[in-house]
Amino acid sequence: MYSFEYEKAGSVDAASQAIKSDDEAKLLAGGMTYIPTLKQRLASPTKVIDLAGLGDLSGISVSGGTVTIGAMTRHAAVANSAEVQSAIPALAKLAGGIGDPQVRNRGTIGGSISNNDPAADYPAALVGLGATVKTNEREIAADDFFTGQFETALNEGEIVTSVSFPVPEKAGYMKFPNPASRYAIVGVFAAKTGDGTRVAVTGAGEAGVFRVAEMESALGSNWSADAVAGVSVGQGDLNSDIHASAEYRAHLVTVMAKRAVAEAG
Amino acid sequence: MTTGIGARVLRKEDRRFITGNGNYVDDINVNGQYYAAFVRSPHPHAEIGSVDIAGAKASDGVIEVLTGAEVAADEIGGLPVGWGITQTNGEPMVEPAWPILAQGRVRFVGDAVAVVIAKSIDAARDAAEMVNVSYTPIPAVIATEDAPKDGAPQVWDEAPGNTSFDWEIGDKAAADQAFEGAHHVTKLELVNQRLVPNAMEPRAAIAEFNSVSGDLTLHATAQAPHAIRLLLGAFVLQQPEHKFRVISPDVGGGFGSKIYPYAEYAVLCWAARRMGCAIKWTADRSESFITDAHGRDHVSEAELALDADGKFLGLRVNTVANMGAYLSAFGPLVPTFLYATLFAGQYTTPAIYAHVKAVFTNTTPVDAYRGAGRPEATFLLERIVEKAAKETGIDPADIRRRNFIQPDQFPYATPVALTYDSGEYGATLDKALALADYTGFAARRDQSKTSGKLRGIGFSLPIEATGAAPSAIAGQLGARAGLYESAEVRFNPTGSVTVFSGSHSHGQGHATTFAQVVSDQLGVPIENVEVVQGDTSNSQFGMGTYGSRSLSVGGSAIVRACDKILAKGRKIAAHILEASADDIEFVDGNFQVKGTDKAMNIAEVAFAAYVPHNYPLPTGDPAQDENALEPGLNEQAFFDPLNFNFPNGAYICEVEIDPDTGVVQIVDFSAVDDVGNIINPMIVEGQVHGGIAQGVGQALYEGAVYDKETGQLLSGSMMDYTLPRADNLPMIKTGTTETPCPFNPLGVKGCGEIGTIGATPAVINAIIDALGDYGVTDISMPATPEVVWRAMQEGRA
Ligand SMILES: Cc1cc2nc3c(=O)[nH]c(=O)nc-3n(C[C@H](O)[C@H](O)[C@H](O)COP(=O)(O)OP(=O)(O)OC[C@H]3O[C@@H](n4cnc5c(N)ncnc54)[C@H](O)[C@@H]3O)c2cc1C
Repeated sequence: MYSFEYEKAGSVDAASQAIKSDDEAKLLAGGMTYIPTLKQRLASPTKVIDLAGLGDLSGISVSGGTVTIGAMTRHAAVANSAEVQSAIPALAKLAGGIGDPQVRNRGTIGGSISNNDPAADYPAALVGLGATVKTNEREIAADDFFTGQFETALNEGEIVTSVSFPVPEKAGYMKFPNPASRYAIVGVFAAKTGDGTRVAVTGAGEAGVFRVAEMESALGSNWSADAVAGVSVGQGDLNSDIHASAEYRAHLVTVMAKRAVAEAG
Repeated sequence: MTTGIGARVLRKEDRRFITGNGNYVDDINVNGQYYAAFVRSPHPHAEIGSVDIAGAKASDGVIEVLTGAEVAADEIGGLPVGWGITQTNGEPMVEPAWPILAQGRVRFVGDAVAVVIAKSIDAARDAAEMVNVSYTPIPAVIATEDAPKDGAPQVWDEAPGNTSFDWEIGDKAAADQAFEGAHHVTKLELVNQRLVPNAMEPRAAIAEFNSVSGDLTLHATAQAPHAIRLLLGAFVLQQPEHKFRVISPDVGGGFGSKIYPYAEYAVLCWAARRMGCAIKWTADRSESFITDAHGRDHVSEAELALDADGKFLGLRVNTVANMGAYLSAFGPLVPTFLYATLFAGQYTTPAIYAHVKAVFTNTTPVDAYRGAGRPEATFLLERIVEKAAKETGIDPADIRRRNFIQPDQFPYATPVALTYDSGEYGATLDKALALADYTGFAARRDQSKTSGKLRGIGFSLPIEATGAAPSAIAGQLGARAGLYESAEVRFNPTGSVTVFSGSHSHGQGHATTFAQVVSDQLGVPIENVEVVQGDTSNSQFGMGTYGSRSLSVGGSAIVRACDKILAKGRKIAAHILEASADDIEFVDGNFQVKGTDKAMNIAEVAFAAYVPHNYPLPTGDPAQDENALEPGLNEQAFFDPLNFNFPNGAYICEVEIDPDTGVVQIVDFSAVDDVGNIINPMIVEGQVHGGIAQGVGQALYEGAVYDKETGQLLSGSMMDYTLPRADNLPMIKTGTTETPCPFNPLGVKGCGEIGTIGATPAVINAIIDALGDYGVTDISMPATPEVVWRAMQEGRA
């Protein structure tokens, strides 16, 4: 680690100001990505601004067909929330399948989506459910939020405050975990919502989470595992690394999609 | 006695470990210590131009920056190799110098170029990044199979064809002849992939030099502290042993990787002596991945000749073994005498020939890793035997049974130099078949099929050689050190016992097992026995812990020292009880006069020896002093066994495969082992369980992946290198056959590696069996879901 200043954020606005006034300052949420980055000397911020003390950023509420999760809410809190479990069981399951207990007890939804690791789980839920990201500046639709590998629509100093998920008619999430890290090699979130059918894939795409239109329309007319069984995604834009080739990932997308739909019921 | 030999005594050391009270090197701090950070090569192969240290030296908190130039100026030696191989042509192996900081060239990513010594870890690391090394990259050779190719980049000018040595064993003519008349020949090509040891505790050291006394102290994560002192003191640092103390406190796993006298330890010692200070270094995980000696890494082809009855007639093996960029201390031993000598397996194959070429590549050096050579041999043999069974249609258990060495054939001399001690291979297999419910397998396979899964069963019948010995023969074969072990059994005046062993536990439970042995031999309650290891200043010279040797060799030294204690105790008791020593018998901790109730407890004898008021002290008159004794009850022994011992077993693995994804689940695992007499069954089971986990790791998860272009270790972190986890393993069913080893007084065989050796081929054989319908006859390791899925795709096509 390089040395840096540590500051506990007093408010979201103060944190935002601090980031805006210093190009090299950085926010810290659960630290599950950022602290290893610091330890490996891959980042040298001047200042780290910790959001952990901001109580109003964490918490879960369900009202009017919407589940709202504060940015600083830990994965374990989402996984164990009775409200989430009953409103969107697939979302609770997704959170409960992130990493390991230590990671789930530290990592946050805000940190996860802001980081937009192409193998992270939450982006699949956000896009798969058509969620809305709320920041200190505005609201951003999930489809517009994730702009590429480790890239988001967030501006400099813009802070995620919460994420709102519309409660779907049914939804399922199935993940093929990387056996070492437990991130998704492929994760597929399939949902039948008031707005139509959505299928979002994480882990596989070079540019991060993406939707599969062909599966969505197949499911739109026939919500069943069989409907997606024959649909395969092209390998062209898929990741290929030491853990899985693009070809295998493409295969898994279909298998996981089938299983996600089957799980949704 | 419930704490003696054979008892399931809970580990004495566990309370300390599980309450966080272990004492590891990184827990130790020396007053005024500095910290070291190493500047490492980012290139697999490059010429070093200038090394500009000015910026680093001026950086905050930096005390000193040292490079290969100072190493050369101070005439510090290179790292020694502990075993020399004589090549087939009679020439010695090519053994290039391994300077402790690179000179002229770097040869793998991670090769140390300079060291920064500073007042804090962060200051040292900050400054290390300011050392400016101008590298001129040169072509590198990374993959094992590429090293011997024409035109491959050369790692060492003195090693043409990147060959360190070309070596063979066995009778080639006899083997060739066996193939001529063969009814069937099974052929196999296989890769035994490179593994990263990943001990839980990374390597660490503190070197401390007292300029006034001239004493050098090294705290290091070492499996063999005396050997480290000998090798570093005599060959690298020219530091005399009486002025050099090596302390290895608790060690958090090693699996072989903590045997060797690493460059970092030498650099710390040299710098501390040069500067008159104390310096600490602890590897981070990334550093461990690229600098701890790696394991395995063979590319082989093999052929097995069979007659019409499935009897093995001959075996031919050709192996290329990757040594990495330099020869690590025991690197050359692993693919030779720890490997090709095991090709008889448990079978009577009359003609065996193996050729091994050891090559250099621009990768981390390779050395012994749990099993060391024997996993590679067992994997090759048990794969080809299983393949032969499939090809000939003989049941895999049956084909092995037809070829077993029988119990009445021991001692059995194999065609590849070893003489096996004892075993009941057939009985062991029978137990495993029962444990695995082999006869019920077909029904279980059908059951799996109905739930859409492919089920397979695989066998592996490992045999290995542990407790390498005797020293004289090892010396003829190239060992540059002895292979005995030492012990001191010291009675304290009030009857408790302190045992000093030259071996050093790094997780094996010596504090318990050795105490059980002493408790059993001397009749002292186990809580009155303390085992001390790991400090060259308080224990006699010993060879350390590796190759599953500690109990059979080190435990035997303890027995011999106990024998001496009892012999002396008998004389003391005879004097006090006014009897003849011949009439004294030792029963349950008491010396008693045969046929009487006159007796003395051994604790009383010890007290008498230290408070010798009624004692046969020398009088000075030779006529009276024939039976005189010195005071004290403190004996030493060094034990050099007559032979290795040969643990063996029968392993049966069942897997279920998800055909949609290729995911392999181990659903059943049975392991029956013959590790001779058992001192503590719980500890043996623990060793077997852990060993199997590591063997499963190689089969399904682990593999060091290098980028062939850049020479970077791509699987260089826990996020990318998959270690097996608890939920990857089934409940392992274990059993034992106990045929005592005749070559040591305890009748024991090693148990630390057999699980790792036996598990890997059992898992792979089970996967291939499960994929039989797809025509799959081979699969590479690690058999990841994608590898399995691809095999199915190709098989289907
Ligand atoms: C061993 C391990 C396994 C893991 N496995 C998985 C897995 O299976 N699936 C998965 O999805 N994830 C996984 N993760 C990631 C983890 O769950 C976290 O989601 C992730 O590390 C980011 O969340 P965090 O709260 O830790 O953020 P931090 O690490 O603190 O921050 C990450 C980045 O986001 C920025 N940031 C944080 N909060 C905000 C905010 N509110 N607004 C704007 N920017 C912000 C920070 O500045 C930083 O750049 C794993 C991590 C580890 C270490």
